[in-house]
Amino acid sequence: MRDSAGTMTATTSFNAGQPGDPQAVSRPMPGHQVRLGRATPLRLDCGVELADFAVAYQTYGRLNDARSNAILICHALTGDQYVAAPHPVTGKDGWWHMMVGPGKVLDTDRYFIICPNILGGCMGTIGPKEINPATGKPWGLSFPVISVADMVRAQAMLLDHLGVENLFAVTGGSMGGMQVLEWASLYPQRVFAAVPIATAAHHSAQNIAFHEVGRQAIMADPDWHGGDYQAHGVRPHRGLSVARMAAHITYLSEKALQEKFGRKLQDRAAVSWGFDADFQVESYLRHQGSTFVDRFDANSYLYITRAMDYFDLAKRHGGVLAHAFRGTPTRFCLISFTSDWLYPTGESRKIMHALNAVAANVSFAEIVSDNGHDSFLLDEPEFHRVFEGFLDGAAEHRGLPRKNGR
Amino acid sequence: MNDADRERQSAARAIRVDLQLIADMIEPRTRVLDVGCGDGALLEYLTNFKQVDGRGIELSTAGVNACISRGLSVIQGDADTDLKDYPDGAFDYVILGNTLQAMLAPHEVLGHMMRIGRRAIVSFPNFAFWRVRLYFLFGGRMPISGLMPHHWYDTPNIHLCSIKDFVALCGQMGFRVERGLSLDSTRRARPIGAGFLTANLLGEQAVFLLTK
Repeated sequence: MRDSAGTMTATTSFNAGQPGDPQAVSRPMPGHQVRLGRATPLRLDCGVELADFAVAYQTYGRLNDARSNAILICHALTGDQYVAAPHPVTGKDGWWHMMVGPGKVLDTDRYFIICPNILGGCMGTIGPKEINPATGKPWGLSFPVISVADMVRAQAMLLDHLGVENLFAVTGGSMGGMQVLEWASLYPQRVFAAVPIATAAHHSAQNIAFHEVGRQAIMADPDWHGGDYQAHGVRPHRGLSVARMAAHITYLSEKALQEKFGRKLQDRAAVSWGFDADFQVESYLRHQGSTFVDRFDANSYLYITRAMDYFDLAKRHGGVLAHAFRGTPTRFCLISFTSDWLYPTGESRKIMHALNAVAANVSFAEIVSDNGHDSFLLDEPEFHRVFEGFLDGAAEHRGLPRKNGR
Repeated sequence: MNDADRERQSAARAIRVDLQLIADMIEPRTRVLDVGCGDGALLEYLTNFKQVDGRGIELSTAGVNACISRGLSVIQGDADTDLKDYPDGAFDYVILGNTLQAMLAPHEVLGHMMRIGRRAIVSFPNFAFWRVRLYFLFGGRMPISGLMPHHWYDTPNIHLCSIKDFVALCGQMGFRVERGLSLDSTRRARPIGAGFLTANLLGEQAVFLLTK
């Protein structure tokens, strides 16, 4: 995978490191990292000001001379900036490698792709596991509570730093889609096209409820130590693993679970009359939980789920979602999946209605899939076709080359 | 223009006769909403050859995905329920091509079209076409034709009407017929004049341009 070149790489790299810098991240990771908010701090929705904070990001492809081909990818709750490159911790392909690359939907031959780790994350951007310069200790629960809008404002600061004034497109699924909506609402003039996928303009009671289960699981783990586990040299991996297991169920459809596992037993002919993982589905979930804890920070999970729960785009606009998009020049393409019960089609439809009410340029497609919420991460040819068609059409309007130079 | 260009253009221009009649009613560089836009053939034509700012609404997933894949701005939605969200006067033209008869409440859809757009263009199969009359008169069964290929029990066309019916509804709702065309069985278009009774008998299909 090619990386950005020339002026775009004039940023601090993880690998280069900053010798003697006490604020350097705990371990070297591939990609870029930059410190933002030195001159003007980021004022968070909670009122706290963040100054001189790190943002880690990956780029793919090249920014054209007109600086008009940049696409920002916003990652989801447990995603990170390794959208196409192999993950430095797990060694697995990037979470959207199917989508990002030469000739792919997000074509790195034509577009300059930027994917930052979100505010509150744990892959190099400032978050609760990083050191608070005021105390010299990890932030833990003293880290300010952040919002989806805060994540977006930090991304805007990153783009300022990169010299990318306008985005050709901003896209993302799930919480990434929430950031896309915030982008279109906060910086309409900077976003030519927006593709929010499998998302919602606010968290429902059910969404909040599932997140609360996850948070309680983490906080019930004695190794959590009131969020101060780093000082104790431990990690609340059992709690975080249970949180991941519960959340993972919400990412899949009942049909997909039933077809994949049914009541099949795991490496045994009969039930054990005990509490081992008798069923394949139990074994699968335990595996999902245990691999997750290797690459994710428990406090980050608390902060990011909270940001999602607080997300309510209409609320900031007098309770009318349409007001969030008044006069928007952005071209939207909303995409949902039939079997997604976490952010069901009805939620995308609400966004569509709001955009119609302000006569915005909006496309909306519901993709037929049995793969539940996770469909946006999987090989769904119809989804990819629609996404690519929309981007191609938008590229033509933006004066960018279509696929195959058309 | 070289031969290849001309060939490509004539290929791209080949749209259904009734769609061509609709397209001919539309001024270039206007804002157009195509309700029930199918696979986007008309919208694409209007975008390419009339430089309109076009949007579409389509019920079928296959239709919507085809439209977006060819770069058109189309939403998956239902004209019966989704038109109400659009603001007044958002478009110059709102098109309803061969879909009016499938609406749950055609008069309400028509009302929304005239609220959202400065003009509306509506095409529909004429249920008073002489062949339809003869089919029913002598066959004694619900008419089936090329334009209305379904049986009575599986047809999406739940609100069929005649040209006379449609003109009466427009009068009742206070909409003015700016232009009317009828297509006979050879797909030849004739203007529908004040004496629409001939068109009502000879027209298999009608296209109306309405204003307030």
